[in-house]
Amino acid sequence: MQNLLLLIVLAPLAAAALAGLFGRLIGRAGAHTVTILGVAVAFAGSATVLYRMLYEGAPAFNEVIYTWLVSDGIRFEVGFLVDHLTALMMVVVTFVSLMVHVYTIGYMHDDDGYQRFFSYISLFTFAMLMLVMSNNFLQLFFGWEAVGLVSYLLIGFWYTRPTAIFANMKAFLVNRVGDFGFVLGIAAIVYYTGSLRYADAFAAAPEIAAQGFIPWAGASWNAMTVVCILLFIGAMGKSAQVPLHVWLPDSMEGPTPISALIHAATMVTAGIFMVARMSPLFELSPTARSFVLVIGATTALFMGFLGIIQNDIKRVVAYSTLSQLGYMTVALGVSAYSVAIFHLMTHAFFKALLFLAAGSVIIGMHHEQDMRKMGGLRRYMPITYWTSLIGSLALIGFPGFAGFYSKDSIIEAVHAALEGGKVSGAGYAYVCVVVGVFVTAFYSFRMIFMTFHGEERMDHHTKEHLHESPWVVTVPLVLLAIPSVVIGGWTMGPVLFGGYFGEAIRVLPANDVVAKLGEEWHGPLAFIVEGFTSPTLYIALAGVATAWYLYLKAPALPARIRAGAEPIYRLLENKYYFDWFNENVLAAGSRWFGNRFWTIGDQFVIDGALVNGSARTVGLLGALVRHLQSGLLYHYAFAMIIGLSALLAYILYRA
Amino acid sequence: MIGLPHYLTLAGIVFSIAVAGIFLNRKNVIVLLMCIELMLLAVNFNFVAFSHFLGDLSGQVFVFFILTVAAAEAAIGLAILVVLFRERRSIDVEELDTMRG
Repeated sequence: MQNLLLLIVLAPLAAAALAGLFGRLIGRAGAHTVTILGVAVAFAGSATVLYRMLYEGAPAFNEVIYTWLVSDGIRFEVGFLVDHLTALMMVVVTFVSLMVHVYTIGYMHDDDGYQRFFSYISLFTFAMLMLVMSNNFLQLFFGWEAVGLVSYLLIGFWYTRPTAIFANMKAFLVNRVGDFGFVLGIAAIVYYTGSLRYADAFAAAPEIAAQGFIPWAGASWNAMTVVCILLFIGAMGKSAQVPLHVWLPDSMEGPTPISALIHAATMVTAGIFMVARMSPLFELSPTARSFVLVIGATTALFMGFLGIIQNDIKRVVAYSTLSQLGYMTVALGVSAYSVAIFHLMTHAFFKALLFLAAGSVIIGMHHEQDMRKMGGLRRYMPITYWTSLIGSLALIGFPGFAGFYSKDSIIEAVHAALEGGKVSGAGYAYVCVVVGVFVTAFYSFRMIFMTFHGEERMDHHTKEHLHESPWVVTVPLVLLAIPSVVIGGWTMGPVLFGGYFGEAIRVLPANDVVAKLGEEWHGPLAFIVEGFTSPTLYIALAGVATAWYLYLKAPALPARIRAGAEPIYRLLENKYYFDWFNENVLAAGSRWFGNRFWTIGDQFVIDGALVNGSARTVGLLGALVRHLQSGLLYHYAFAMIIGLSALLAYILYRA
Repeated sequence: MIGLPHYLTLAGIVFSIAVAGIFLNRKNVIVLLMCIELMLLAVNFNFVAFSHFLGDLSGQVFVFFILTVAAAEAAIGLAILVVLFRERRSIDVEELDTMRG
């Protein structure tokens, strides 16, 4: 088992090193062969692990592979914890990664940085696997930072574009803010338990929850709440939750395959995975979970609104990612960890599909991303059209598609939590997720209608060259479309209600909303039937119908609505002024402080008073003292005599 | 009868005259040199007087040392004075302030 796990992790790393360091030697074909092979090995290995766990009853693997160093009793180790949760994540990560690798051959085949790109995405796969397979906080943090680094490299992949450089800087800096909280959270765990291992932290969880944390005199917080909120701040950075979401839309500056791999399917779900992994800790802090819930609900709804007004096809998908990450976070907040992971899995498939389909459209349109210049593409790109339609139906939760099962479960879980009445913020979250359904349906089908239906708005030259993308692009689309349809109904029963996660996710019986859902679970078909009777479906259909009416039936209407609701439009166009706030208050404020520190602290105090000041004082003193030095002998003699007399007098009359 | 206090008083007076000479003299370096000689002589008075009244000859041996050194000092002092006069055409004390800060 250990060798297999090492193989899974190291195969992509070796491939990345080969493609990165010897890219010129092995050539373009060599680079994609070796990296695809590496990721294929990882996928096959992950699938084997999952198979063994599911069908051969293999126990969870939790062992230390290597001890890096021991300092003051704290062991820094490399180790793997592979249980059902990890195995699921491994399969999702490696499968999506494999699809993206294949797709990249088609998308990037004119690019100069071909080998570099393959090296990066393989490295990313390695980092993500290290993150999910870790059995201690140190390795988790390593994977966490490594995916952040690769994300930075890939957003700025086209490093000659100033916007790309700006976007990757932004992503890196915003993630640092989250990581700061994350590191503090890990430090708090080490402080309370003296160990970096998950197992020790989970075992000590009740003791941590019993302790108080005193931030300043007169206040006392629950230590577990502090730990969980700090860890969740890390998750907010990585999983792009409000207010640390600002980097994700800008990350669309990177090539589309990595938008699919990193900024939709895998890396951004690291935060969700981490919170699910830490479920024994989060279970003990209702305050932290309410915090998670409110943040998630806000992200789910308000980022969805932003998707409505975007014209860049990739940005629409990016905002839908933000919104869906919000849904997952909401599920975490109501203790439905397994539902969050379930949505994470289905979302990984259909969102990767949507992104790759958007990429396929972009290839067809000769790297034009503005939807206002598209339209009617379904005649030219049938495979892309049908697969993105499947992706969108999954996204809006149409009964039978993967997203339906997971999204409806989240809404039901929030509803159950609301009825249970023990989670504060559940009412707000319920409103957000239900309205979010309408918004999601609206912008998803706005994108479909603007891109694939209606009149053809592209110029003549582009239109002549429109054709379906090559097979390396369409095969991954089809391969991702299949799980986007079937994975939900197929796995929902076992994953949510069949005790799939076992010990990996711990939920206190009092908070167990998933168990409540389980009482009404009668198989996937019954769930579909139920879906047809539930209002959420009709809310979603209303969204689709609105999009159809506004963008196909009466295309002049959106402009009039826009003119009528100018302040709201401006608010949305400026993304609620988050960027404005960051640039004009945080960044400008920091610069202002920096300038003041420079002029007052450095120039005035240090340079002026201390460095030049001491020199000037010595000079002044010298200018005073030089008057004593007259050069006249009798002055000196006088001083000597007076001094001598004074000394004698002192000695004589001392007693 | 002349006792030790008389000798010491005389030495003190001579020494004070020398000090006053150094202070009051503003014109002539030679007078300065003479005043220094006078100080040394005042010290010699003290040595001789203490040597006599304590019955210890080593005090008078010191006096010879001091006289010898004073002679040497006078020779060197006068030599410097000659050079100084050649250089500056003046031995006015008030003009000798090259070391002024």
